[in-house]
Amino acid sequence: MSLIELNDVHVNYQTQGGAVPAVRGVDLRIQKGEVVGLAGESGCGKSTIAGAILRLLPSGTEVTGEVLLDGENVLSMKPGKLRAVRWSEASIIFQGAMHALNPVRRIGDQIAEPILVHNQAGEKEAKVRVGALLEQVGLPPRRMNDYPHELSGGQKQRVMIAMALACNPNFVIADEPTTALDVMVQAQVLRLLKELQRDLGLAMLFITHDLSVLVEVCDRLAIMYAGRIVEEGPSNEVFSTPAHPYTKALSAAFPEIGDASFRRKPSGLGGDPPDPQKLPSGCSFHPRCPDVFDRCPEVDPVLYEAGPGRRAACLLVEGALAAAEARPTPRTEAVADE
Amino acid sequence: MSDVLAQPAAGVPIDGRQPVLEVRGLHVTFAGRVGVIAGIGGKKATLARAVDGVDLTLGKGEVLALAGESGCGKTTLARAIMGLVQPNEGQILFEGQPLGKDLKAYRRKVQMVFQDPTGSLNPRQTIYESVAEGLRIHKVPGDEEELVARALSRAGMRPPERFFLLYPHELSGGQRQRVVIAGALALEPEVIVADEPVSNLDASVRGEILRLLMHLRDEFQISILVVTHDLGLAWTIADRVAVMYLGRIVEIGPAEDVLTQAEHPYTRALLNVVPEAGGIERPTLAGEPPDPTRIPEGCRFNPRCPAVADGSAESAGVANACVSNDLGLTELDTNHLAACHLAAKRAGRPVPPPPA
Repeated sequence: MSLIELNDVHVNYQTQGGAVPAVRGVDLRIQKGEVVGLAGESGCGKSTIAGAILRLLPSGTEVTGEVLLDGENVLSMKPGKLRAVRWSEASIIFQGAMHALNPVRRIGDQIAEPILVHNQAGEKEAKVRVGALLEQVGLPPRRMNDYPHELSGGQKQRVMIAMALACNPNFVIADEPTTALDVMVQAQVLRLLKELQRDLGLAMLFITHDLSVLVEVCDRLAIMYAGRIVEEGPSNEVFSTPAHPYTKALSAAFPEIGDASFRRKPSGLGGDPPDPQKLPSGCSFHPRCPDVFDRCPEVDPVLYEAGPGRRAACLLVEGALAAAEARPTPRTEAVADE
Repeated sequence: MSDVLAQPAAGVPIDGRQPVLEVRGLHVTFAGRVGVIAGIGGKKATLARAVDGVDLTLGKGEVLALAGESGCGKTTLARAIMGLVQPNEGQILFEGQPLGKDLKAYRRKVQMVFQDPTGSLNPRQTIYESVAEGLRIHKVPGDEEELVARALSRAGMRPPERFFLLYPHELSGGQRQRVVIAGALALEPEVIVADEPVSNLDASVRGEILRLLMHLRDEFQISILVVTHDLGLAWTIADRVAVMYLGRIVEIGPAEDVLTQAEHPYTRALLNVVPEAGGIERPTLAGEPPDPTRIPEGCRFNPRCPAVADGSAESAGVANACVSNDLGLTELDTNHLAACHLAAKRAGRPVPPPPA
């Protein structure tokens, strides 16, 4: 059984302009000890998925489908149970470490808070545990008496990591954990995360738009576009031989230094991500797709097998067109029903 | 002054191109604050030497990438070039003439593009107004509407008229950056200084903006100085790369040489942390970004230098020099210079004194 299992998850944000479908039918599995990367441009729904897993979305947001955490559906959990699960089974490292810490409390107290709230230890023991956690993330334990402003950006991010690990979770979501950090510090934090993940056998969902970061740390990659996963598979293969044209465009944005095919040849996608309230017909990527052909505006592709352990939602995948014609009811109808 | 002008630009060959912009012996120092009482008590402000002796020449139609960690002084150097901060020493020459008091004409010729296009555009101004603003300030003759349309279309916003009455919030991030570039292009600049022009944009649209910059160079021979922390970007568009560390250029040369045969250990460390498959196993430099208020003695990189730490400097007999002698750039290969005792020793070249 997978540790995390998302089955046909849909998320609709309620706005004054009507419902906005941010996630449109996502299936995702994460095994124990596995690191899965979720990539895509801003607004593709990747952070919404993080919010849906831990039920952190604004109230009124409509979430359907199933989010199974160790076999239990998070979406139907009672508040008490949910509180017990959050942080002790699944935790999150937020983006923007700079602002996620309380500026007027010592960092030791902030790390101890989840331990105390979850009754995992008394005050004294918690303090010992905080010291151990700080050491684990590469900070001297005496820094527990510091306030956030006494730490650099990289150190604050280490504190955020220590906090996420405070209650020994099996599963950690890292939402853009290195985005605001400098190159050298980013590399240090990534190496720390990877080490901790290996040592503790953590399952992780790693979210960022930076595909090259994901290839460094993840076992598997899932690429999102307009609220759906459009490609998934082993991370090296997805990055080096992408099956979906969107993944191709994304991976071309991260050139390999020394590779002459990138030299003086910047490549990128034209156009803009679609408005989720006015999605193009058929494949939602077709207006920007360099490989578009006549069937694309008509047929909405689902994920098709694209090699061992790989799937891509593109009609150009071998056998996809035939499969699509044989099963002409794509998932869009399901959204309309709800 | 005149004999300064007669000298060739110190140690910064530019591949036979006509120099457009020259930076000579530039120093920018920021003073920290001292409290009133501490000041009466005789306490001196700590000085941050953000730019600490930089010589740099930008050739006509050249794309030069200026790379380094945060706090290395790359943005301060760019701002000094724009006349946005006053240098304490040194000078900046545009087409052979030192910058005087009147920067207006210069600023028309040297335009800046900032990292965050959303912050660069006035949210209450239409796209037309944003692009036309520079034309009005500089009283550019000609039909304004035509000039704005031409600038927008050169920046890839076609048809331009469609965007005239839109506001910045109605555009995507990539389009906003194009509008900022159009605003710069309207004045027909010789040089564009772009500070992290794509790092706030989504990965998928970055390529389009970079392609636009390259097109401007090819079509109009505009020289481009790109300030970036992203060496992948430098590989994609730059002719030359200059790597900065603690206020100095520590390595400079043709992009192919610097990025594939780096001489300076710092450049190699930066290359090591470019994320890529399998890259996580490679070593990183420990510690936080360097502090310009406390520049180490000797080679300024020595406390973090892997060659000092692993003893290869010692066995080459330069370890002493590394910790005690400050140094300038040595030419190690054609047009490829680095400020490293070890690299100079290996190449059998003498080490020049630090830049003035």
